[in-house]
Amino acid sequence: MSTLEVQNLGVSIADKEIVKGLTLTVGSGEVHAIMGPNGTGKSTLAKAIAGHPDYTITQGDVLLDGHSILEMEPDERARAGVFLAFQYPSEIPGVSIANFLRAALQARMAEGEEIDASAYYKRLYQKMDMLSIDRKFTARSVNEGFSGGEKKRCEILQMAMLEPKFALMDETDSGLDIDALRIVSDGVNQLKGPGVGILMITHYQRLLNHIVPDVVHVMYDGRIVKSGDKSLALELEAKGYDWVKKELVNA
Amino acid sequence: MSDLTETDTLDTAAANPVEGIDQSSGNFSYDVKYAFDAGTGISERVVDYISAVKKEAPWLREFRMNALKTFLAKPLPTHWATRDLENIDFDRIRYYLSQGQKPKRTWDEVPADIKRTFERLGIPEQERKFLAGVEAQFDSEAAYSNIKEAVSKQGVIFVNSTEGLREHPEIFRKWFGKVIPTGDNKFSALNSAAFSGGSFIYVPPGVKVSHPLQAYFRINAENFGQFERTLIICDEGAEVTYMEGCTAPKFSTSTLHSAVVELVALRGAKIQYITVQNWASNVFNLVTKRGLAHEEAEIKWIDCNIGSRLTMKYPGVVLKGRKARGEVISIALANDGQHQDTGAKMIHAADETTSTIVAKSISVGQGRSTYRGVVHIPRHLKGCKNNTECDALLINTNSRTDTYPAITVRGDRHAVQHEASVSKVSAEQIFYLQQRGLTEGQAMSLSVNGFINDLARQFPMEYSVELKRLIDLEMEGSVG
Repeated sequence: MSTLEVQNLGVSIADKEIVKGLTLTVGSGEVHAIMGPNGTGKSTLAKAIAGHPDYTITQGDVLLDGHSILEMEPDERARAGVFLAFQYPSEIPGVSIANFLRAALQARMAEGEEIDASAYYKRLYQKMDMLSIDRKFTARSVNEGFSGGEKKRCEILQMAMLEPKFALMDETDSGLDIDALRIVSDGVNQLKGPGVGILMITHYQRLLNHIVPDVVHVMYDGRIVKSGDKSLALELEAKGYDWVKKELVNA
Repeated sequence: MSDLTETDTLDTAAANPVEGIDQSSGNFSYDVKYAFDAGTGISERVVDYISAVKKEAPWLREFRMNALKTFLAKPLPTHWATRDLENIDFDRIRYYLSQGQKPKRTWDEVPADIKRTFERLGIPEQERKFLAGVEAQFDSEAAYSNIKEAVSKQGVIFVNSTEGLREHPEIFRKWFGKVIPTGDNKFSALNSAAFSGGSFIYVPPGVKVSHPLQAYFRINAENFGQFERTLIICDEGAEVTYMEGCTAPKFSTSTLHSAVVELVALRGAKIQYITVQNWASNVFNLVTKRGLAHEEAEIKWIDCNIGSRLTMKYPGVVLKGRKARGEVISIALANDGQHQDTGAKMIHAADETTSTIVAKSISVGQGRSTYRGVVHIPRHLKGCKNNTECDALLINTNSRTDTYPAITVRGDRHAVQHEASVSKVSAEQIFYLQQRGLTEGQAMSLSVNGFINDLARQFPMEYSVELKRLIDLEMEGSVG
């Protein structure tokens, strides 16, 4: 059982405070959703946890299994088990998906150890079959010329191969039509399980029809202002974010 | 004989993950006693010494003396090239150092102090694995030269320049200095005066050499100038692939490497010439390379420049016969403190000739890369084609890249295409790769390897692996 604890976290970019004292804990096997209006700091939270160099931590801590990860480089955090599914994944021209994932797995091995190529491809094809991804995909350059749906599926494939302890999914539903949304959600549902904790960041409730969360947090102005079970997402959908704002003003 | 010098990095502690890696595989040197030493500076006396040591024919001594005059008379080309050339101190350079003029035919005969250098560079091992012949030059002369018996039985000649001119003048004298005349530029003149070593290859008509011939050029001494001279003649319908590798230890003073390489592909012949240059970052690498392609012949240069302080090199093909083809594939990586000034020259001199140039450069840190290209198609020809593509990759904002393509096409019966692009490895891209667990160095290395991937795939397997390994080392080392 692993935990990812965000404690009273403050994050700023270019001296502008975006996340203002946010606290939440995700355990293995749990699915948490963070919802909130645009510009409220959801993506900033995910990138700060992953160690993006543009963000400055102003207060608080992020603990993985009780140990702070804030002093770690982004790649060290990744190897420790933190995975970020990007909203806008980068293109890596000339690097095939197969070589990219191989390099990522190789980076996790002890010095002098080499990946067993045939076992690697066997596993890669097995995961691709599971996610209904055409095997020809492996020869394409990472994200280059991919459709929105292909990019998101590629992120899920990477998550499947790297088997993180915690996956931060940043607006995984954005830019997807209904069919692509279903394929990506099915993939995440396949990967869900006791070994991984998932933190989904989304603007819309529709993703949560496909991936049912255990906990829903509502984020507003850099903080979590409300938490509840999946019914909170439906309530939010029905009443809109203005409802949260009004409650805040009244409180 | 002394042990490893302090430039050796093999036994460094592994506290820093990068520290354990031998950052530059060629950066080591062993003390060697030289039996022949021409002293410092270039003069008639030094040229005489070199010619005498080699027991050369009078015409060759005369050739050298005329070249020396040309060298002294020619100014440095700083009106278009970098002024860094002015930092070469020709009077401090040592122009000839060797233990002897006759290369050994077996590794067992090679003196131990020289042999261990080549063993450490993996040359004997490569020879056993995949080469048809090897020449290993140590400072001025080849210490080892051998060709597989099956290949020499086909009539293939693979010797050093001294032996080639002495034993086979009827073959080599005809083309020697004809593709690149002495006065082509100041450095070709210097080479013509002081040349020593290099390969002379002749492939008889119709013979296709199945495995590559390789030369390895090693600079071992400080303040040294290496001036090898290579001439490859591929007779009608013959084919050969030649590969060269180069390394030197890093000294605090500068070293000069100034080769002249001439290729002659007779009717229907094919020559492929592959270079992986990994000179230390104090080496001025000023090389003139040109091929002459006769009717339906093909010359392809694959030129990879990773090391050196300044490289100026523009492999060219003179397309002399109808339907001749020329190709240059150039990969240059300029790291901090390096300037890679590379490119290609395609001189169309017959109808229906085709040329292709693909140049990819990578600039890292303060590194600077320059592409210079000349394509010349005159009015009286018809049906000529050229395709030029130059792509530059910048890693971080301080690096610099320039492109100077000079394409002169006269007449209206030709097809010419030119494309250029500049791209950057963005911070987002590095973060993305790091988020998947790659270190910053590994992330840059993977990006660079992706950028050149389509070109590297055209190399023989062993060389593309070597190139990837060199890029990995450069990128690991460039992380601040």
